[in-house]
Amino acid sequence: MPIHDQGYRHYAGLRAPHGRAWMVIAWMHLTTIVKYRPFLFLLLASCAPFVVYAVRIYAGTISPQGTGSFFSVTPELFLNFLTGQSIFVFLITIAQAGLIADDRRANALQLYLSKPLTRIEYITGKLVPPMIWLLGVTWLPAMILLVLQVAFSGSFSFLRDNLFLLPAITLASLMRTLLAAFVILALSSLSKSRRFVSVMYAGIIFFTAGMHQTLRAITGSRAWAAISPGDMLDVITIWVFRGRAVPPVPVPVALAVVLGLVLLSMFILERRVRAVEVVA
Amino acid sequence: MATVVPPVLELQSVSVRYGRNQALRDVNVTFPKGAVGLLGPNGAGKSTMIKAVLGLLPPERGQMRVLGLDVRQAPLQIRRRIGYMPESDSHIPGMNAVSFVAFCAELAGLPRADAMQRAHEVLYYVGLGEARYRNVEQYSTGMKQRIKLAQALVHDPELLFLDEPTNGMDPKGRDEMLELVRDIAHNKQMNLILSSHLLPDVEYACDHVVVLDKGTIATQGPIEALKGPGGRVFELRVKGDADGFVAALHAAGLECHATDEDVMRVFVPDERGAPFLFQLAAKQRVQVRHLRASVPTLEDVFAKAVGEQ
Repeated sequence: MPIHDQGYRHYAGLRAPHGRAWMVIAWMHLTTIVKYRPFLFLLLASCAPFVVYAVRIYAGTISPQGTGSFFSVTPELFLNFLTGQSIFVFLITIAQAGLIADDRRANALQLYLSKPLTRIEYITGKLVPPMIWLLGVTWLPAMILLVLQVAFSGSFSFLRDNLFLLPAITLASLMRTLLAAFVILALSSLSKSRRFVSVMYAGIIFFTAGMHQTLRAITGSRAWAAISPGDMLDVITIWVFRGRAVPPVPVPVALAVVLGLVLLSMFILERRVRAVEVVA
Repeated sequence: MATVVPPVLELQSVSVRYGRNQALRDVNVTFPKGAVGLLGPNGAGKSTMIKAVLGLLPPERGQMRVLGLDVRQAPLQIRRRIGYMPESDSHIPGMNAVSFVAFCAELAGLPRADAMQRAHEVLYYVGLGEARYRNVEQYSTGMKQRIKLAQALVHDPELLFLDEPTNGMDPKGRDEMLELVRDIAHNKQMNLILSSHLLPDVEYACDHVVVLDKGTIATQGPIEALKGPGGRVFELRVKGDADGFVAALHAAGLECHATDEDVMRVFVPDERGAPFLFQLAAKQRVQVRHLRASVPTLEDVFAKAVGEQ
């Protein structure tokens, strides 16, 4: 039937089985956000550190330097790369502030949840895009740097000697990604304004870091780092990279803080992602 | 032997609570195939019933079956076979109409190519063909109503829930929307439940009606049967002690309710007719200034059911 025919006809084609709606939602968000130039510019900017580190690895590989040199290729280089990407993790997370807030503003939740999909599918569909972008600026370039090191040196000796880098990069990237994605999604479900969500997220990151520094200066105790999620992520990252720095709090405490925040975010999402808001 | 046509929707002892508000109270009702109007004043529980049936609002107790499937046990299978047009303005932000409707079709399980083709077709059908590449957020209220209908129709559901589809529309748009609804129900063989507080809308588009009032079923049945045969309703205006006259009408076993400021509609259930009304007026010493035999309307059914005396 030509599309200019104004009649209505019944549909007799295929229908996908249940459980795939999250992919439809995720794909929609992934393709929608890349149409925004500022976001593309942000992605492009996030590649700049990767280029610098690739040059460092190249220079360090073709003319090996002593340990401690700027160009020496050590596991710390990968640790520094991942912690250095924090600014892009923050900015890309902020760019996802409207994931649920926009739906709440447009009353879209009742449309989504009247379709054959569960709330878990909806949340998964919303969680996947930030995770993909965040892994794209942390895990992916770090892994490519590792591959480049092997390619430039023509040998697996560095990788063989530092095999822990594979799980370390994966774990550190996943922790940062999961925490950021869950927190921004939970905050997004609390408001109808993406700007407000952005401010809340920035507030959590900077306010807790500021509080940590202030309380540390007053009391002299480094344990106040536990109130700052960013610092807790650094503790875990240094630990998985076998760093020598003494952590301000024990690693299990840092893990508990990060896990607690993820669980709190899940709880908020469970409460807020509903088609009908019942006010008691 | 006549075959029994199963209802499209069945509620058994369903109670739903909204916070402290009891929205539905022990509702027992069946919706037959075809176009059924869900009629009731604002706050009667119409939208709550639809949301409960969609599985968006869990009932306190009771059982609900849609197209033969239990709402608690098979919510996803049900939602695949139904379409829902919500009352409030709702859309997926940042999309043009065709992307939005195609996205909704994909969510309902249609492959991407089919979803896009159906989106174009349905948008033409609802009258948005020329505006299908415009962002939905720029649409007028009437266009937003149409696109809500399009997203509910795009996956070709067996049962359509339309919650106040003519809300906020101008008279022309309202007529067109009602024509669409009527066409869907009567020419496209799609079952639909039209929730509205507007009696003419339901009367025009539906064959059956379920009247809901304060969370309970006030009456239900085919509209023509509920209206009854014509000629037993009289429009009446009197001068004098109107309250005493109304009391006398009630005492004589007649029902009446006010329509405008001074016009009442009187139901005469037997053969007594207009002469009896004149006799009663004379007895009560009131002047009959206007009397006209009228055709029973859904408004009479509604007024009788919800007790607007």
